[in-house]
Amino acid sequence: MSRPRFRDGVLAALPLAPAPVLFGAAFGLLAREAGFGAVAAIVMSATTFAGSAQFAAASILETGGGAVAAIVAAVLLNARYVPLSVSVASIFPGSAARRLGEAQLIVDESWALSGRSGRFEYLILVGVGLFFYPLWVGGTALGAFAGEAIGDARSLGLDAAFPALFLALLVPYLSSRRALVAALGAAAITLVLIPFTPPGVPIVAASVAALVGLRR
Amino acid sequence: MSEIWIVVIVVGATTVLFKATGPLFLARRTLPPRVLALVEVLAPAMLAALVVTQAVAGDRELVWDERLLGLGAGAAAVALRAPLLVVMVVAAATAALTLLLI
Repeated sequence: MSRPRFRDGVLAALPLAPAPVLFGAAFGLLAREAGFGAVAAIVMSATTFAGSAQFAAASILETGGGAVAAIVAAVLLNARYVPLSVSVASIFPGSAARRLGEAQLIVDESWALSGRSGRFEYLILVGVGLFFYPLWVGGTALGAFAGEAIGDARSLGLDAAFPALFLALLVPYLSSRRALVAALGAAAITLVLIPFTPPGVPIVAASVAALVGLRR
Repeated sequence: MSEIWIVVIVVGATTVLFKATGPLFLARRTLPPRVLALVEVLAPAMLAALVVTQAVAGDRELVWDERLLGLGAGAAAVALRAPLLVVMVVAAATAALTLLLI
């Protein structure tokens, strides 16, 4: 196979296109209900660019949980970007300013798709990220302005599409015994921790535990 | 400043830093082989954790709902070596159908 190109990243992301629009719109809608102005909702999507943390923050504010709780939940959820970002540290070229900017394109999907070939590919990650970014921000604007006219992402089954996507991306790794042990361990730890810790903690704890367990 | 804007700015700034950790601070360093070996198992561990949270996580509880059926159908598609798009469509369609029927 030839070296992946930017276009391959966009092509890989194409089938996923409805998701960021619909979830972005759902976030815009929830944010409005939580008291966000449309501009604040759009700014959050443009700067944070991480769905789960934004949903968590907005829903906590909406139920009256307060700013501190919203910030803690979102920061915990996004803590997973530290290990994700470390795993792709070496693939970003160019100046510090460029790396800082392009690192913002790391989202679960762009990171996972970029590692499909067994090693992380810069152009795939950036391609997927650049494709998702306007859809996510635009979807948010749509939800913040147009409100309830949009379909419900859950009723379309999109909630189930993502675990299936991550499973499909996980399977190729499992040929190595160490990877299999790490994956099973991480899955078990996540499952056990979900009922007892705030959202976000299980993923971070599971990845740390996988590392510590396999240290040698 | 309103509570909303404080959340938007603090969460945004923190996330920007988190995402930049690797490419900005570790990019020019050659990591020792032992660390690289650990980073390699990080990917399957994180993907497995993402599968679990996306499939059954609720707000501090495990929620067994249509997502799990969708994931099961998606897993069958993976086992049959279906392309990514087919895996996602099968999972979504199964979940949507489940919601429709119950």
